[in-house]
Amino acid sequence: MSLPIPASGRSQYGSSGLFGLKNYRRRERATFLAFIAPSFILFGTFVFWPLFYNSYLSFTKWNMVAPRPTPVGLENYATLIADPIVWKVLWNTIYLASGSVFFRLTLGLVLALLLNQRLRARNLYRAIIFSPYFTTGAAVAMVWAWILHKDLGLLRLPLSFFGLASPNWLGDVRWTIPALIIVTVWRGLGYDMVIYLAGLQGIPSDLYEAARVDGAGRWALFRHITLPMLSPITFFLIVTTILSTLQVFDIVDVMTGGGPMNSSKVIVFYIYENAFKWFKVGYAAALSVLLFVIMFVITLIQTRLSARWVHY
Amino acid sequence: MARRGAGRLLTHAVLIATAAAIGLPFIWMVSTSFKSDEEVALFPPIWVPSTLHWENYVRVWHAAPFDRFYLNSTITTVVGLVASLLIAALAAYAFARIEFPHRDTLFLAVLATMMVPGEMALVPNYLILRDLNWINSYPGIIVPHIASAFACFLLRQAFLSLPSEVFDSARIDGAGHLRMLFSIALPMTRPVVATLTVFLFIGKWNAYLWPLVVTNTWDMRTLPIGLRMVRDAESTLGWQHLMAASLLVMLPILVIFIVAQRHIIEGIGQGAVKG
Repeated sequence: MSLPIPASGRSQYGSSGLFGLKNYRRRERATFLAFIAPSFILFGTFVFWPLFYNSYLSFTKWNMVAPRPTPVGLENYATLIADPIVWKVLWNTIYLASGSVFFRLTLGLVLALLLNQRLRARNLYRAIIFSPYFTTGAAVAMVWAWILHKDLGLLRLPLSFFGLASPNWLGDVRWTIPALIIVTVWRGLGYDMVIYLAGLQGIPSDLYEAARVDGAGRWALFRHITLPMLSPITFFLIVTTILSTLQVFDIVDVMTGGGPMNSSKVIVFYIYENAFKWFKVGYAAALSVLLFVIMFVITLIQTRLSARWVHY
Repeated sequence: MARRGAGRLLTHAVLIATAAAIGLPFIWMVSTSFKSDEEVALFPPIWVPSTLHWENYVRVWHAAPFDRFYLNSTITTVVGLVASLLIAALAAYAFARIEFPHRDTLFLAVLATMMVPGEMALVPNYLILRDLNWINSYPGIIVPHIASAFACFLLRQAFLSLPSEVFDSARIDGAGHLRMLFSIALPMTRPVVATLTVFLFIGKWNAYLWPLVVTNTWDMRTLPIGLRMVRDAESTLGWQHLMAASLLVMLPILVIFIVAQRHIIEGIGQGAVKG
């Protein structure tokens, strides 16, 4: 704000002080509050209040029908630690997240390197590879369930071409998470590619020139210039991919329903089941607090590590 | 990094193979959607059915209230989108151009909302809606997700990059903040607003968990939920029908993507590098 002159045609010596400054400030503050009010009312009601109420619920037992929740202290948390399904679910989620991150990032980087040159149809490749990212999860899951069909699925073709037997992707407990990894990688690698591409284009070419003059070969250039210069992006992508995988729900719900035998149950799914299928609202609340803590810790680790490992 | 003849060819080969692999599921979906019962059960599969069985789409459309699904998705997405933009624009403008004590701390509070996973808010929000009698209604689907910290952040960034002089001269001409927001700030940041609109549209159209929780009758379901329910409810539907249904659900997003893809992709690339 550079000009303290009130917008209305008030005289210089307004209600109080020079140029009516006090009134002006008061009006500015009122406007500020009015402008942020809708957002803050909504945030307060639907984000902050739930945060506290949910934490409170985690110390209670309730089925949403009884008039009041019953306080039970730390019982939900004790159950949580002893619940084998919780550990299975956490394992599933970690498995899914690691597989997803690994393939998305490596394939994304390779594709970005390939696309980072003057190529005909470059934008077309980029668009096609990126296209799955925004598609509706439920629809995509349906299509992939069909492709992964154990008898009639399309994937059987390339697999048999390489002499591999096609597993019962969605019915065999060993293959459900890999199936989910395939779908999440298919969906996400275009995004990682686009981000890496932007990063590659930000690397100054004189760095490469200088190294080439010193006799560095292609691999050395990659290891000592490209990779380090991309490390902030790699870091950012690892964290955002993990966080978004932690929240996957629609694909799991449509493709596997968490089964068979909890083999593909991820944490959000288990929370949803406890809250809205079995009406164990207190337990679900405790689980979501666990999820929150995990996400918080990951973000914390990210900030610490990024200070140490990322080159700028 | 220079690549010559053979390298170029290899690059193109790999890219074509990759693009084909990634695009294949879409083509397969369309191909299957036009098949007959017998053709669907063929293995090795055929790619082009002998005739286009359009009746699959008709069957799907009538198997469940898809017209309601489309209506619900459209209303909740568009209304939610406009509301989100307006509310975020107001707040972003205030954070960017109006002085207030501890303004930046307040903005941090907005950013902090992004740290709270939606799953924590499921039950409490459901309870709030129950008290308001908004379960299984449009407000129930729309309202809890109108406030978007992401939108507020993007718009504030965009407004901050505008030159002060434009606002100052408008001030002298007697413009109030509302007018400056709608006549100056928003028009001047059109690209960002356009990108944000696309993102918000896609996010709301694809929303799954919350509509699933909030709606409980067929006529209020949105498209993604409707799709899932159709499969579970109608056991006589074959894969060709499910593929037709999937295409129907995806169609608007695909169209938007084809039209705006360059814009979207470039927006993401820029945002990542700057941010």
